[in-house]
Amino acid sequence: MLEITNLHATVGEREILKGLTLSVKAGEVHAIMGPNGAGKSTLAHVLAGREGYEVTKGSAHFEGRDLLDMEPHERAAAGLFLGFQYPVEIPGVSNLLFLRTAMNAQRKLRGEAEISGAEFMKKVKAESATLGLDMDMLKRGVNVGFSGGEKKRNEAFQLGMLEPKFALLDETDSGLDIDALRIVSEGINRFRSAERAVLLITHYQRLLDHVRPDVVHVLAKGRIVESGGPELALRLEAQGYEGLAA
Amino acid sequence: MTATLPETRNAEAAAAVEELSSYKWGFATEIEQDFAPKGLSEDTVRFISAKKGEPEWMLEWRLKAYRLWLKMDAPDWAKLKIPPIDYQDAYYYAAPKAKPTLASLDELDPEIRRTYEKLGIPIEEQKVLAGVEGARKVAVDAVFDSVSVATTFREELKRAGVIFLSISEAIREYPDLVRRHLGSVVPVRDNYFACLNAAVFSDGTFVLVPKGVRCPMELSTYFRINAENTGQFERTLIVAEEGAYVSYLEGCTAPQRDENQLHAAVVELVAEADAEIKYSTVQNWYPGDKDGKGGIYNFVTKRALCRGARSKVSWTQVETGSAITWKYPSCVLMGEDSVGEFYSVAVTNNHQQADTGTKMIHMGKGSRSTIVAKGISAGRSDSTYRGLVRVGPSAEGARNFTQCDSLLIGDRCGAHTIPYIEVKNPSAQIEHEATTSKISEDQKFYAMSRGLSGEEAVALIVNGFCREVLQQLPMEFAVEAQKLLGISLEGSVG
Ligand SMILES: Nc1ncnc2c1ncn2[C@@H]1O[C@H](COP(=O)(O)OP(=O)(O)OP(=O)(O)O)[C@@H](O)[C@H]1O
Ligand SMILES: [Mg+2]
Repeated sequence: MLEITNLHATVGEREILKGLTLSVKAGEVHAIMGPNGAGKSTLAHVLAGREGYEVTKGSAHFEGRDLLDMEPHERAAAGLFLGFQYPVEIPGVSNLLFLRTAMNAQRKLRGEAEISGAEFMKKVKAESATLGLDMDMLKRGVNVGFSGGEKKRNEAFQLGMLEPKFALLDETDSGLDIDALRIVSEGINRFRSAERAVLLITHYQRLLDHVRPDVVHVLAKGRIVESGGPELALRLEAQGYEGLAA
Repeated sequence: MTATLPETRNAEAAAAVEELSSYKWGFATEIEQDFAPKGLSEDTVRFISAKKGEPEWMLEWRLKAYRLWLKMDAPDWAKLKIPPIDYQDAYYYAAPKAKPTLASLDELDPEIRRTYEKLGIPIEEQKVLAGVEGARKVAVDAVFDSVSVATTFREELKRAGVIFLSISEAIREYPDLVRRHLGSVVPVRDNYFACLNAAVFSDGTFVLVPKGVRCPMELSTYFRINAENTGQFERTLIVAEEGAYVSYLEGCTAPQRDENQLHAAVVELVAEADAEIKYSTVQNWYPGDKDGKGGIYNFVTKRALCRGARSKVSWTQVETGSAITWKYPSCVLMGEDSVGEFYSVAVTNNHQQADTGTKMIHMGKGSRSTIVAKGISAGRSDSTYRGLVRVGPSAEGARNFTQCDSLLIGDRCGAHTIPYIEVKNPSAQIEHEATTSKISEDQKFYAMSRGLSGEEAVALIVNGFCREVLQQLPMEFAVEAQKLLGISLEGSVG
């Protein structure tokens, strides 16, 4: 589903990704762990198409399409979702308006009909109830005045609403309280299916206790330096990143 | 804050005027209407007055204005670069009809056509707005049935006792009412453009809502349909008697194919005790092309007199059009506990210039005013908020709250905030907040990662920025204004 080969990327003259190769098949859940500053968020931004992140070498394909050739919104419409490590505030634009605009923009790009108001609200009620986001919050500006954990729950909410094919979640678990972690994890598990895939960027085993990954990778200094099963995460938890092959 | 108008701006503007004068000022000869000879003189003024069958006092009023105007100088203090205007090189009477007709919509500038479509304006109404031949008739049949709708409106208004007429009709039918109020808020000598307007205004609107009456409808839909007749020197006079309420909407989100380069309108509002007037404007006149050529000069004088106790006037404006805008809707808060509000969004793109703001003149005890001004600059445009809050010695306990926010898109545009505060009563409370920000790449990327194109993302963020103002607009207009903001900023996103 997602094929990344020998990816090199620079941010502001500095090479951050240095030959990263990764393959995620439909139905799989992969986890990426790695030290601070290793390039995990950079990878996420490159995949989502952020301006200023320049790919100098290598390729990335999503369902056979050349991702690097697509604009960020085209990638979204193709089914790629990025849950932000630091969700952004947009004052004056309510969460509901934002989501509805986004859903319809994606639908339009895919040549589908707009979602009706009733259908939209039905979905909002169902998804927000499980995540403990109340209507008052959703009527507020996008992420405005949300606590750190609420912002992450909002990312999970958007994932549920937008129903992408591929969820790239950058530390969605960080900042969540114990109950929220369980709730968000349940959301990710519900999202899992044979047609979809998930790439979790995380620092903590506790997420992986809830969402069992098929493959765990270690990203260090811009490359995948080790891959393995869930036991790799447990080993890292015990030993840390020191002594990893660089 | 930056002020980066390129050096060449003046030369460009001069060239633009040059080009305009070669065809835009000259009106097509096939327009059958008789018109005053080119240029401005006492004869022109007499001609206009005679054409309209005005009473003697009206002619005298105009002539007095004309003679005063001759002695006045155009204002030069606004932060605008205005190419010299040759007042002798224009027609004054035929101006409102100076729209050439098109054989079909296919002849319309594709840019304007595209905008109509983006705004979702029905085809038949597009024809009316664009001035397609025969569209008037079409309008009667299909465009919301405009004439019959208008008639229905008029009957309903009449039943409520609301007078709603063109100002020419009002001068004939209600001379005493008009005479009492005309020029009472914006005196003839007020400023150069208002004075010119007084001398040569060709038409406009008169509204009177009698004591205790709540006007049964927004005075708006009617105008959208009739917007085609908007003239160069419009004059609007709205009077709300004691306890009356009226909401009036001026303008149109659709770009107007108007060939008049100079617009110098005057709007006067009078609110008596406990009366309320809401005046909303969406201004989308032709802003000129991407290189700053052409476009309307919009020099408008709008003022409200809150004469009675607890009277209230709200100005809401969304200004996206015109090459140059010079406009300060103001409130003279005479009545005790009277209230003035000003909510403004001004968007400038490409080479547009806007100098806009408000004046709140506090005279009444306990008078209050609120100013929320949002400026958005993109391209190489320049916008200035200029606001005066004056508290006179008698305005015990007056309060003002001002908030000015500027949003910059790109780094070649400028935004300036110039507050003037004069307080002559120590009990007054004045608060002023100002911010300048840029659309952040983070916000744009966040929205794009959810499926919005770059332009859609910017439009959404801008709408959020303007929310406090947009929500003051009547519902159906707010939706159009939102779309309009997006359209105005097209091409500004890298
Ligand atoms: N705009 C930028 N200009 C220069 N360097 C940058 C920029 N953005 C990120 N970097 C650098 O790139 C490196 C990788 O950052 P990235 O955010 O991808 O790390 P990460 O693996 O997600 O770390 P964390 O676990 O702390 O979230 C860091 O050293 C960071 O300082
Ligand atoms: Mg990170």
